[in-house]
Amino acid sequence: MAKPETMVLNMGPQHPSTHGVLRVVLELDGEVVVKATPDIGFLHRGLEKLAESKTYHQCITLTDRLDYVAGMSNNLAYVLAVEKLLGLQVPPRAQAIRVLMCELQRIASHLFWLGTHAHDIGAMTPLFYALRERDEILFMFEMVCGSRLTPSYFRVGGVAQDLPEGFTEKCREFTRQFPARVDEYETLLTKNKIWMKRTQGVGAISAEEAINFGLSGPILRASNVAWDLRKAMPYSGYENYEFIVPTGKNGDVYDRYLVRLMEMRQANEIVRQVLDKMPAGPIKADAPQVVYPPKEKVTQSIEALIHHFHLASAGFPTPKGEVYASIESPKGELGFYLVSDGSNKPWRFRVRPPSFINLSALSKMVEGRLVADVVAIIGSIDIVLAEIDR
Amino acid sequence: MNLDELSNKIKEKFPQGILATSSFRGEDTIILRAEDLLDICRYLHDEPEISFDYLTDLCGVDYFPREPRFEVVYHLCSLKNRCRLRLKVPLPGESPKLSSVTSVWKGAEWLEREVYDLLGISFVGHPDLRRILLPPDWQGHPLRKDYPLRG
Repeated sequence: MAKPETMVLNMGPQHPSTHGVLRVVLELDGEVVVKATPDIGFLHRGLEKLAESKTYHQCITLTDRLDYVAGMSNNLAYVLAVEKLLGLQVPPRAQAIRVLMCELQRIASHLFWLGTHAHDIGAMTPLFYALRERDEILFMFEMVCGSRLTPSYFRVGGVAQDLPEGFTEKCREFTRQFPARVDEYETLLTKNKIWMKRTQGVGAISAEEAINFGLSGPILRASNVAWDLRKAMPYSGYENYEFIVPTGKNGDVYDRYLVRLMEMRQANEIVRQVLDKMPAGPIKADAPQVVYPPKEKVTQSIEALIHHFHLASAGFPTPKGEVYASIESPKGELGFYLVSDGSNKPWRFRVRPPSFINLSALSKMVEGRLVADVVAIIGSIDIVLAEIDR
Repeated sequence: MNLDELSNKIKEKFPQGILATSSFRGEDTIILRAEDLLDICRYLHDEPEISFDYLTDLCGVDYFPREPRFEVVYHLCSLKNRCRLRLKVPLPGESPKLSSVTSVWKGAEWLEREVYDLLGISFVGHPDLRRILLPPDWQGHPLRKDYPLRG
């Protein structure tokens, strides 16, 4: 029931601070938000329906375009689901490379979040600092797979190609410099009086509510719930590396900022450990029905050529059944629920989108806050509309 | 507790509730009767030993032309016991309806709206059942198998 003195204000879908095409209908009593209703779907591309007409290999490129700030993570969640469906084991070197890429991707995603979130609140400098480091990571991604934003680097059974020459040195140099860079960001924001006033106590959500909403990722951990899939249900060899999972106390915007900063430091730690422990060996599973032959063979042997052609055009059949596999992506729990009818194309390709579920708690978080807080809270959830709308 | 123990506990309280159970690739699935869904979900959520306090995902699948045509799939997770469970409810193709579980997990609100939007399955007791991704005046439910790829 709208009080006669409330005003309905439309925010978005074109808005610099909604991080994509998000529309929020705000019912205001002066500057206080009485009700906020998000309206999504402006970036809906029918990805789940498209995938039903593609072979399992072809779907990998679709997954890049979900959370486009964390392409490697999307690829990983998807190929893990397909490998689970097939019952396929991935060799240790491929697993280590996957962890390496996903942790670099976590840093890149959080850096982009940091820059844009700070920019929304009014601190414009961190964006330039954060993008400087992110660019180094994207350069490394380009070294391995040719693409900065849409890697499609992982394959069912391993990774597309091995790490190129010069990658390890570049990556090691990055991990040496990075902690000092995070210290730089902290000098700008963490003890900044304006930052603290704009973020402390804003948009808090309790642990029980966060669990009941199904929130995941840094937003759940900031509400003092120590749940991280890399520790709780490890995948791809994460149990081999030592790292801390940071949690917050109050679940407000400030805590989410601290949690993500710490996650960047920890991700850097994991990257260092992976580089130190990188096992030798093959980067693809020994499963010819599913895995592409090496490119050198394809240009020299007719059998390899036929093999490659068959996989590329017809794909591979899968056992009839259903699986769910998920990872701890930078946004939260990213999962894929695949239903197979035995053919070479998925019958159902369901993406469990962390940003979608995290955003559903927005109306709860902004109730009773000021209009200026809405921007801070939306930023702190860290959403990517492509993942929400698919 | 394993799948047999869990389904026995459920059968004690809801004797007609479970239609089938299965396991594949280390994942447990229980197929439920639509009438008992809400009560069983509440039981799985509230019972302290079982404690499925986290709704990971809620989605629908269209198995056209099989009858029952639809299935609504719930992925539950217990943070305390670090385990997962899949629940499935088969629904007929003709005006499919199911109880909403928003009173158990708030996160179901948007997820059920998406199932309604893309598959046309209605959720009884949902506080705000309307389209979420598509414009409100859209005709049809695109994720259905008889909806063409190019709408």
